Amino acid sequence: MQDNRGYIKGISGSVVTSTCFANTSIYEVVYVGSERLLGEVVRVRRDVADIQVYEDTTGLQIGDHTIFTGELLSMKLAPGLLGQVLDGIGRPLERLGKKSPYISRGTHIDAVDDSEKWYFIPRLQRGDDVGPGDILGEVEEKGIKHFIMAPLDFRGKDNTISWMAPKGEYVVDDVICKIGETTVKMFQRWNIRTPRKVGRKLDLDKPLLTGTRILDVFFPLALGGTAVIPGGFGTGKTVTQQSIARWANADIVIYIGCGERGNEMTEVLEEFPSLTDVRRGIPLMDRMILIANTSNMPVAAREASIYLGMTIAEYYRDMGYNVAIIADSISRWAEALREISGRLEEMPGEEGYPAYLASRLARYYERAGNVVPLGSPQRNGSISVINAISPPGGDFSEPVTQSGLRLSGCFWALDKGLATKRHFPSINWAQSYSLYHENLDRYFTREISEDWVPLREFVFNILHDGKSLQEMVQIVGRDGLTEEEKWILKLSELINIFYLQQNAFDPNDAYCDSGRQLVMLNTLKLLDEQIRGALNSGVLFEQIDSQFAFVADLMKLRSQNTEDYENSLTSYIKKLKEELSDLI
Amino acid sequence: MKLLKEGYKTVEKIAGPLLFVSKVARGGIGEIVKIESNFGEDYGQILQIVDDLCVIQVFGETMGLAPNNTVVWLERDVVKIPLGIALQGRILNGRAMPIDGEGPISCIEKWAPIQGNAINPWRRKSPHEFIETGISTIDLMNTLVKGQKLPIFTGSGLPADKLAAQIVKYARTPATSADSSPFMVVFAALGITQREASYFREAFRESGAIYRGVFFFNLAGDPSIERILTPRMALTVAEYFAFEKGYDVLVVLTDMLHYCEALREISSAREEIPGRRGFPSYMYSDLASIYERAGCISGIKGSITQIPIVTMPDDDLTHPVPDLTGYITEGQIVMDRELHGKGIYPPIDVLSSLSRLMNKGIGEGSTVPEHRALSDQLYAAYGRFKDLVRLKTIIGEEGLTPTEMSYLSFGEKFESEFVNQGERRRSLDETLEHAWNCLLTLPKDELHRLPVNLIDEVMLKRGTKA
Repeated sequence: MQDNRGYIKGISGSVVTSTCFANTSIYEVVYVGSERLLGEVVRVRRDVADIQVYEDTTGLQIGDHTIFTGELLSMKLAPGLLGQVLDGIGRPLERLGKKSPYISRGTHIDAVDDSEKWYFIPRLQRGDDVGPGDILGEVEEKGIKHFIMAPLDFRGKDNTISWMAPKGEYVVDDVICKIGETTVKMFQRWNIRTPRKVGRKLDLDKPLLTGTRILDVFFPLALGGTAVIPGGFGTGKTVTQQSIARWANADIVIYIGCGERGNEMTEVLEEFPSLTDVRRGIPLMDRMILIANTSNMPVAAREASIYLGMTIAEYYRDMGYNVAIIADSISRWAEALREISGRLEEMPGEEGYPAYLASRLARYYERAGNVVPLGSPQRNGSISVINAISPPGGDFSEPVTQSGLRLSGCFWALDKGLATKRHFPSINWAQSYSLYHENLDRYFTREISEDWVPLREFVFNILHDGKSLQEMVQIVGRDGLTEEEKWILKLSELINIFYLQQNAFDPNDAYCDSGRQLVMLNTLKLLDEQIRGALNSGVLFEQIDSQFAFVADLMKLRSQNTEDYENSLTSYIKKLKEELSDLI
Repeated sequence: MKLLKEGYKTVEKIAGPLLFVSKVARGGIGEIVKIESNFGEDYGQILQIVDDLCVIQVFGETMGLAPNNTVVWLERDVVKIPLGIALQGRILNGRAMPIDGEGPISCIEKWAPIQGNAINPWRRKSPHEFIETGISTIDLMNTLVKGQKLPIFTGSGLPADKLAAQIVKYARTPATSADSSPFMVVFAALGITQREASYFREAFRESGAIYRGVFFFNLAGDPSIERILTPRMALTVAEYFAFEKGYDVLVVLTDMLHYCEALREISSAREEIPGRRGFPSYMYSDLASIYERAGCISGIKGSITQIPIVTMPDDDLTHPVPDLTGYITEGQIVMDRELHGKGIYPPIDVLSSLSRLMNKGIGEGSTVPEHRALSDQLYAAYGRFKDLVRLKTIIGEEGLTPTEMSYLSFGEKFESEFVNQGERRRSLDETLEHAWNCLLTLPKDELHRLPVNLIDEVMLKRGTKA
């Protein structure tokens, strides 16, 4: 072991330069100094290596030892990850926090608790042949079936099971199976920077439903797709992401707080355990894994955190689950990359970011997808990626936003103007887009209603018409409008208040499923038909506008639960019809 | 006690605030050094080490230093500050030396490194206790809670100092129950002028904050590099009082723009690749290491609430310093030149202001149940007012409907009565009263963010009153 010890030659912030060896490889894990701080080699130059250190480097001295491990940074994947809070390099913050309220240095513990027992039920038996990724057995983890799979890199000569553990309780370090001569334990290790191999990639044909009307109806994200949410500070990025984490129809949600506020992570930690998953009735925290690397925690760990999250996501995807991975925010990750690159004195590209920013981002975004994982039985899993972007000064032309736009299929543009008017979610319908409409329209038509697409187009057209009319009014005033145009202007305003805005504090409105979304769309259509009918019979718009309190009526409808809503809608339209006919 | 001192006369280069010293054996990053020259003594800190060459930032002036007359003594320790309960009421300079003429700091309990550690997110307790600042636009619309970091973004010539002093004077937690923590102020002046400093000193003396606070003054004329230390020292003191002595500490840092400029000065002396407007690319992480030291910890009494003041050069909200600050802090209070011009005080532009933690501290049990709805209604109505003002300038008043006209009178009332409260403290009840006064100028149907029965109730109550 004496051979792989080097010593520190230089220190600059989180980057340490050390002597190294001919066999030192890039991304090799290194322990630095007497406290054994965790680091990773990011550059090798003959006999000197640059190491990014994942912990605070204060107090390190020239001449301190470095230990090269010969291994890559990996994650121990096993039952017990769900509901955990990890830092950027996969240490469990709960267990670290028991000792001290501050992040301590040089403590290396795995995320999974190796003393926890799991009830293992084998699915295969002695004599069965297995290949990489085959499901050997299962344990129950927080209400989901956690499948124990043959390692993906398993390459034994003999692929027949020679021994299988009987049903019973095991810890993650116990051997549960022998394939030929190879022993298989309940955990696997995987290098976080390498994507896990899959069988094949599939088309995206199902939506990731969020319960947020503007997203599900106008800008839907597919399971296995990618979305970006750029927005300056105070535009509601975090709120939007948290509401997606809360309501999305994914089986597992991985939330990466990447260089964001400590109090925001605490908010999630305090709120989510008391909330229930609307679909399965389990506490929301039980389907979540949080990765918290707040802005004041070491910057290099911020760089690693998104890979860590992705590796865990891929592990659960391989079991056949739909995983959503939410990163808040990818800009902070890019800044960490820039900071390390600056310390390495690399040639800067656009805005000081290293030239490899775009390719690194692409590799991350491309780990999303809808796939058939390796191994039998055949199953289907997906990873949907949702990235927040914090563009400096709210300027969307900067490289992280631009790469995000190129690489993702959904663009949810947050609008400062809407946020200041307390229009939430403050997503700008005119700027946002989704490239998944074509794939998903078939799903909505088949599963929800044939009216879905026409209704959506109806509402969207009104919004567009309303917008151009609004621009006209600003120039020529309202007098030039026809009666019908005045109504369109009013209706587009109603759509904004009633449909696009959603009240996160109203239990009947915070989460809106597709069925309810359809009824609400239909409400607007029915309303439009009635009013147009009246206008065509010669009633003036002013007469209608002064007689009806549309906003109050619609908001009253919206605050009811779906069943009551449908009943009151019928009577509302009936009453409207009668009163309108009186005007005629 | 060290018997041996380790000194180097091998200064290779002096550039701006930096010394480059070679042949240093086992230099440690972040360690403090004593610099001795013909001009006296000063201190510095090791910033970067390449082999045996150390880059040292000097806290004082480098003027007069020459490679052949300078000795650098290694202290083999990081920068530390003395802590003790006797710090209360003291006025210190930017590197924690008393300047109030009361002699050296007595009863030192311990020395602590000023760098501070990151709080484990799992151990944080989310801030939820309402702080009544006595300012309507903050209390009702951008509520401050204990443990929050809420900056004031201001422009040159706008009364941010006055507002900060006013908050320090009036801030209180409403329910002063038996187990509530004592309250104190830690104030750090970063590169402010003599005039501003004496204003603060006078204001604190008047409000009595001076007797229970700790004050750091790094003035515009003091060495700029010292500014890198001052906020960290102030926060180390704050952490000591908050998390070891159970105080609720309010930290006021003014002005963070000057701090960032000092950071830029060092960065350019180090010949680093500059980021936006010449500020270093690590400024986000650096600012976070200051701002994120606010908060509450579960299982520990006490809290740190931060009010940093940031001047926006040319009133530009997208300038890197306010921009990065906004990304780290939990909201912002924005001062507006137009309101100031109209003679409105405090000239807070509510539309650009925000408190992210507001929901935690308001509603049933803390303030009033309708707090959120009222605030949203005011925001929506004031936003509409701003749009209509623009529209009015184009199409004239004749083109507006009666409802729209009522928004115009709402907006004027809102600015001149609700926002323009002057230097008086307003209790939450008074603030609510003013809010209703403004809102009821609008037709009832327009108040769709408020529950209908509540409006009826209020109208009834006022009807009988009137």
